[in-house]
Amino acid sequence: MKPAPFEYHAPSSIEEVLDLKSQYGDDAKFLAGGQSLVPAMNFRIVQPSVLIDLNRVNELSYIREDKHTLRVGAMARERHLEFDASIQKHAPLLHEAVPFIAHPQIRNRGTIGGSIVHADPAAELPVLMLALNARLKAKSKKSERWIEAKGFFAGMFTTALEPDEALVEIEIPFAEKNTGWSFMEVAPRLGDYAMMGVAALVTLDKNKKCTSAKLVYLNAGDGPVEAVEAEKLLEGEVLNDTLIESAASYASEKEINPFGNIHASADFQRHLAKVLTQKTLKQALERVSQ
Amino acid sequence: MKQVTITVNGKEYTREVEPRLLLSDFLRHELGLTGTHVGCEHGVCGACTILFDGESARSCLTFAVQADGHEITTVEGLTSLSSPHLLEDGRTEGGNNLHPLQQAFWEAHGLQCGYCTPGILMSMIPFLKQNPNPTEDEIRHALSGNLCRCTGYQHIVDAVKLAAEKMR
Ligand SMILES: Cc1cc2nc3c(=O)[nH]c(=O)nc-3n(C[C@H](O)[C@H](O)[C@H](O)COP(=O)(O)OP(=O)(O)OC[C@H]3O[C@@H](n4cnc5c(N)ncnc54)[C@H](O)[C@@H]3O)c2cc1C
Ligand code: FES
Ligand code: FES
Repeated sequence: MKPAPFEYHAPSSIEEVLDLKSQYGDDAKFLAGGQSLVPAMNFRIVQPSVLIDLNRVNELSYIREDKHTLRVGAMARERHLEFDASIQKHAPLLHEAVPFIAHPQIRNRGTIGGSIVHADPAAELPVLMLALNARLKAKSKKSERWIEAKGFFAGMFTTALEPDEALVEIEIPFAEKNTGWSFMEVAPRLGDYAMMGVAALVTLDKNKKCTSAKLVYLNAGDGPVEAVEAEKLLEGEVLNDTLIESAASYASEKEINPFGNIHASADFQRHLAKVLTQKTLKQALERVSQ
Repeated sequence: MKQVTITVNGKEYTREVEPRLLLSDFLRHELGLTGTHVGCEHGVCGACTILFDGESARSCLTFAVQADGHEITTVEGLTSLSSPHLLEDGRTEGGNNLHPLQQAFWEAHGLQCGYCTPGILMSMIPFLKQNPNPTEDEIRHALSGNLCRCTGYQHIVDAVKLAAEKMR
């Protein structure tokens, strides 16, 4: 099918972008990589009356290192994240996970900002934002604010952004020393949306005690799901297989809420979550000691 | 209507288009370049893959207005990419001037009906440029964004291997 008619704007500065959005509000949609929005428009699931194309706003497309943080412009392409040396060094979890997002042809166009705002529970980037304690900068014509990833995802395809706001920057703290990471997912084919996926981080002190753990799941509820209680089971302990197994059981039975789909029943998703939690935690542990 | 100037296979075209016109339809209906195929129009099948400023992309998920000022390469551009004998009107000299990648698909039986082939070729061009010596696993991963309903993929994998040899 073909998209319904719309009015098209292609501004070249953030200022013009925000002017247009304050003028049109909910009637206007931003067009980033178009890899989620255009399919929905082709099927007329969405019919925005105005499109504000962000692809000519060069000032939104960058990956920079600050003193203790990475700063990524909302229009940085997924393909750029994949090959960026700063991301590889300071956010190895993100570096490991990006190749699981769709196919190269999609990653060439798809952007970090578009994927985060699309807020698909099956997407990788929202999960990574939560796992990495990222902060998201929302900007409107009149104001600017930082939103913690934790408070950004407000349900299925829904975020905390107001109708006049754009996501402009993503701030990711550098990975801490003594932190191990791992991302794994199971998909019918590489590049397909995964049936289940887990991002895990563990930080150890000198005595190998776990000082902090993160477990965040995709396709496990109506947004990225963090298994807070399972993390608590690990924190303050020296990790071993038994502990890891009980955290994995707790997370997969009590904390996630998968719906099941054409590829996997909810029970199978829980099974995958348990196995992947154990595998990612073990791999993360191995990587701390390296 | 918006006026756009788009370079396709090295030649500049200026046209008036509706913003909602997909790049795939622009190529096929405005320019008559029907080598770019349309399967699903939601990014999944890969039949419409073209090069956007040299990088593979879905033409069904891009509006023609977005290509204003950019360079597009379609499967029709492959023969000229390979040819030292590019004529002024954009055609190549000689009727059978296939790109080594196309030649390899021919020789290794990398197609049956051919519906998926243009998209696969346009995905493999940048892939082989970045990975001149790919493993079979890498080839299979690189093909994961293109669906073929005929071949069962084995001959496509063989064709890409052969192309890599030819192009090294
Ligand atoms: C075949 C296929 C397979 C895919 N597989 C996966 C996968 O496995 N995993 C995965 O995570 N994704 C997958 N995707 C989706 C892909 O990653 C998208 O690129 C991404 O979800 C959306 O990014 P985009 O830049 O294309 O955004 P768009 O589609 O342009 O926009 C998405 C939404 O975000 C809004 N938006 C965009 N930018 C901003 C901004 N700066 N501020 C405010 N709002 C904004 C838009 O208005 C729109 O509502 C797949 C897509 C396809 C076509
Ligand atoms: S027609 Fe574009 S991906 Fe199927
Ligand atoms: S050859 Fe027929 S779809 Fe691939």
